[in-house]
Amino acid sequence: MDGEHRASGNLQSRVVHESLILPVRIENLVYEIGKARIIDSLNLELSAGGCTAILGYNGAGKSVLLRLLHGLLTPSSGIIRWAGDFDPEFVRQRQSMVFQSPVLLRRSIEANIRYALTKRGFKGEHRAHRIETVLEQTNLSRIRHRQAMVLSGGERQRVAIARALAVEPEILFLDEPTASLDPAATIGIEDILVRARNEGRKLIMVTQSVGQAERLANDIVFMHHGQVTEHSLIEEFLATPKSPVAQAFIEGKLYK
Amino acid sequence: MFARVFTWAICAAALSFSTTTAAADLPFIVLQSTTSTQDTGLFNYLLPMYRELAGVEVRSVAVGTGQALNNAANGDADVLLVHAQADEEKFVAEGFGVERFDLMYNDFVFLGPPEDQANIRGSKDIVEAIKKIAANEAIFASRGDDSGTHKKERELWAIAGIDVDAASGRWYRETGGGMGTTLNIATGIGGYVMSDRATWISFKNKRGFEILVEGDPRLFNQYGIILVNPKRHPHVKAELGQAFIDWLLSESGQKTIADFRVDGQQLFHPNAKAKVQ
Amino acid sequence: MEEIFEGFATAAVLIARFDSALFEIVELSLRVSLTAVLISAVIGLPLGAAIAVARFRGRNFLIVCVNALMGLPPVVVGLLVYLNLSNAGPFGWLQLLYTPTAMIIAQIVLVTPIIVALARQFVEDANADYDEELRSIGVRGAAKLITLIVEVRHSLLTVVLAAFGRAIAEVGAVIIVGGNINHITRVMTTAIALETSKGELALALALGVILMMIAFAVNAMASLIKKIGPKSYGR
Repeated sequence: MDGEHRASGNLQSRVVHESLILPVRIENLVYEIGKARIIDSLNLELSAGGCTAILGYNGAGKSVLLRLLHGLLTPSSGIIRWAGDFDPEFVRQRQSMVFQSPVLLRRSIEANIRYALTKRGFKGEHRAHRIETVLEQTNLSRIRHRQAMVLSGGERQRVAIARALAVEPEILFLDEPTASLDPAATIGIEDILVRARNEGRKLIMVTQSVGQAERLANDIVFMHHGQVTEHSLIEEFLATPKSPVAQAFIEGKLYK
Repeated sequence: MFARVFTWAICAAALSFSTTTAAADLPFIVLQSTTSTQDTGLFNYLLPMYRELAGVEVRSVAVGTGQALNNAANGDADVLLVHAQADEEKFVAEGFGVERFDLMYNDFVFLGPPEDQANIRGSKDIVEAIKKIAANEAIFASRGDDSGTHKKERELWAIAGIDVDAASGRWYRETGGGMGTTLNIATGIGGYVMSDRATWISFKNKRGFEILVEGDPRLFNQYGIILVNPKRHPHVKAELGQAFIDWLLSESGQKTIADFRVDGQQLFHPNAKAKVQ
Repeated sequence: MEEIFEGFATAAVLIARFDSALFEIVELSLRVSLTAVLISAVIGLPLGAAIAVARFRGRNFLIVCVNALMGLPPVVVGLLVYLNLSNAGPFGWLQLLYTPTAMIIAQIVLVTPIIVALARQFVEDANADYDEELRSIGVRGAAKLITLIVEVRHSLLTVVLAAFGRAIAEVGAVIIVGGNINHITRVMTTAIALETSKGELALALALGVILMMIAFAVNAMASLIKKIGPKSYGR
């Protein structure tokens, strides 16, 4: 399984979508809630394509960074500089996000996907085509009319990913998408993500699982106390982590 | 799909409901009156008859005399039929009404539980009787609502020289409700109560209560009828209102009132003075 | 106790012989309360949802006010509407006093705060769950409000039913602005009040039993809509 994913992860040749908003450069990013600094003068640069995994202990600021990039939160200070000088709304239209526990609308699977497409301005033939494509990709065609409220955790997450992919995002943010799923469901989700990555979409994924990062990611961003302690290729990160925190994280130890 | 059609159907039904009017297309007047005339069923007998006769619908609003006077002063009536002569004369004097006519009378009676702890049964002097009630501190249920009946009752206490305000909340209980409400309370707690005879005769929840004192001239209960002044409130339907009053005061109207019976008893005694033509 | 049995028996007799006076009163009660609740829902649901989502100065104070208005006594509502519609009041020229329309207005004033306050709470709770997801998709403003209302429609149906329950059961407001005029503004509750004051306790109770049956029927119908609703929505 692993080897196959890694092999198909040789991406540059398979980019099918034009990059408009990537690469992105983050400079001195700060996010505060009251007096607490959740993101503390963070600097980072992310390139187009491939999968970036953001690792780190709970409270490192991973999810907040994802929300800042997606425009759901506004930085206290600092700059997120997307390639090209686009309007923030345009930037968000090029992105979509899958949350740890997705919120689906009280309607059928297909209607959930159609809803997102409609709100993003997809119409007629194109919309119908996108619905068919992502239902196929996420293996949901057979149960497309089922009500979202009666689905299992794995199915719900697949619907959320289908909905996010349907709108043809340049960047797909994933916030621990398999955190509450069993191993079989996790493999199902990872297969879908590999295919999305191979279509040339950029995946930026927060995860707690080093194994998952190894299976999916090209590069690793390791966060601690609201800062990036290292950004390196996955092989490098696993072989020679640059900080004791990262070392402890890889070994699955408590870090004080 | 069915559900959506169903939902819309209900909405549509609710709307169409609201667009149809319940009121008949007959011309109508509004009559502010007292609970006693409504609760006895007099209006249910009289008003349909007038509708047949004159083709005019009389819409009666039954409230306490105080509230009826107040509503009529606001112009929310064409005709006023109440029983508090002094207030009615004041109403006319202040320009709210055109002229007051005596229409009919009945009388008040004092009621109580069969045990009659204050021993007032058969008394011909109402003032002596209520002095006994006060002396025994026997429970008395008062309307307490500024109605014609309430005003009459307060007059009697004043004549007897008894300060019921001091007893309020102890043996003197003010219900603040209509005649029927007060009778329900009195029979419920076994207290004495004053009622107009008409309401008492037609009242169905008597629970063994009886008339203990009656016939004192001071218990006389005169009803008057007044046309609300169109000079004060221009929209008052003066012609229709006056026609209704004229009919009630006429020989045929007076006979109709006299013919009204509940359980074989006459409830209202017409006493309009013959109108000079 | 005797009156209670008699009340049920009288109710059965009235229904069995299709008493025309009874049906007139029932029809008017439904007409007035359904119309009032429908209008209140059209005003109150979007307003409640808007307050739930919007952020503005004085929002908390407004919420406290609306919540407090849920406890508005019907008699006070009746008086306020009376004073406005009276010929001595500002809207006397409309000549609406002692008409079913006046009763509808009073009930709208009475139940709209209930709909606004409860809808606000349900939509606000839903917004806490849906906010990020909807913003991520790019849904804002009125579109977001509509989505939230559709999502909590079952709760909102319960809200509307609660409002209907209050409207059809109240007597204090309609008796003041309607006047309990026979054939014109007499509804179930004012008829019950009248029969009680006549000492006709069994008949009053019978009308009460019938009122309960109407409320039951309306709720059963709503529950039916709720049951078949989700299957057909958004196919």
